[in-house]
Amino acid sequence: MAKLTIDDLKKIKEKTAKETSLRDGPASIKITVHMGTCGIAAGARDVMSALMEEMAAADRQDIRVVASGCMGMCSSEPNVTIETESSEPIVYQLMDSNKMRQVFKRHVLLGEVQSDFALAKM
Amino acid sequence: MTQNFVQMRELSLHILDVVENGITAGGNCIWIEVEESRKKDQLKIVIRDNGRGMPTEKMKNINDPFITSRTTRRVGLGLSLLAAAAERCDGTLRVDSQPGKGTEVAATFRYHHIDRAPIGDMAATVTTLIIGNPGIDFVYSHRVDGKDFSLDTREIRTEMEDLSLSDPVVIHHLTESIRSALKALATGVDNFEP
Repeated sequence: MAKLTIDDLKKIKEKTAKETSLRDGPASIKITVHMGTCGIAAGARDVMSALMEEMAAADRQDIRVVASGCMGMCSSEPNVTIETESSEPIVYQLMDSNKMRQVFKRHVLLGEVQSDFALAKM
Repeated sequence: MTQNFVQMRELSLHILDVVENGITAGGNCIWIEVEESRKKDQLKIVIRDNGRGMPTEKMKNINDPFITSRTTRRVGLGLSLLAAAAERCDGTLRVDSQPGKGTEVAATFRYHHIDRAPIGDMAATVTTLIIGNPGIDFVYSHRVDGKDFSLDTREIRTEMEDLSLSDPVVIHHLTESIRSALKALATGVDNFEP
């Protein structure tokens, strides 16, 4: 039976150890990808995958990612909410992987809200 | 029902969706089983949670999108969409639920049915679930004609020691490992490189 074995995990661990330092400390930025039926059908998983890649590349310890359900605004899915300490939460709408990369690089890393993609301030 | 009814492009997206339901139902461990029996022309997907389950009167209307216990909107689509997808392919959807114990959703499809959506990117579905739901454990097994692959986040968590499953770099490597393992399953090769 093929299984994710201890050896495989060790290999993952070795690869990972080279690329990252230990991640501890409080999160100051929270990114929520809304993953209800509507969000998933509209492409939220691709958005999440792109976000993971950017997170892996950025290697920041203070950013947390969570999946949540539908917000009730299904026609604007995929939605992503960014909460930072310095500003009010911003909800982005009609996201795709490229928009997610841009929002991550500009808003999350540099603090520049990408108002072209924004749905609302909360 | 009209044929341009909303469809998920991949079965792995249905799985992602139904699993999220299980998490909303308060489960802390979710079992996902995919069984591809190409010779028997059958595909089976089972999703089980240990959440709060559903009362019997809810079960009668399980495929009715307008019966939902959600509060954010008045339509619940997840299971109805999966039921439609299964029935389109001469399959069935069965839901068993016991209040306080959890819910099991089982969908079958005729494997070679022309309308059957591809299984799609299961690796992305599984790791999206892992990263997005840090407090939840997942047990995933995938069988293709008798060969199988399995993953249990409870085991991974004990093996990984100081590294966390919410680390995006770990998730990235995990996704690649699962992807190559599943590719090996589909092509019938036994060994895979993580």
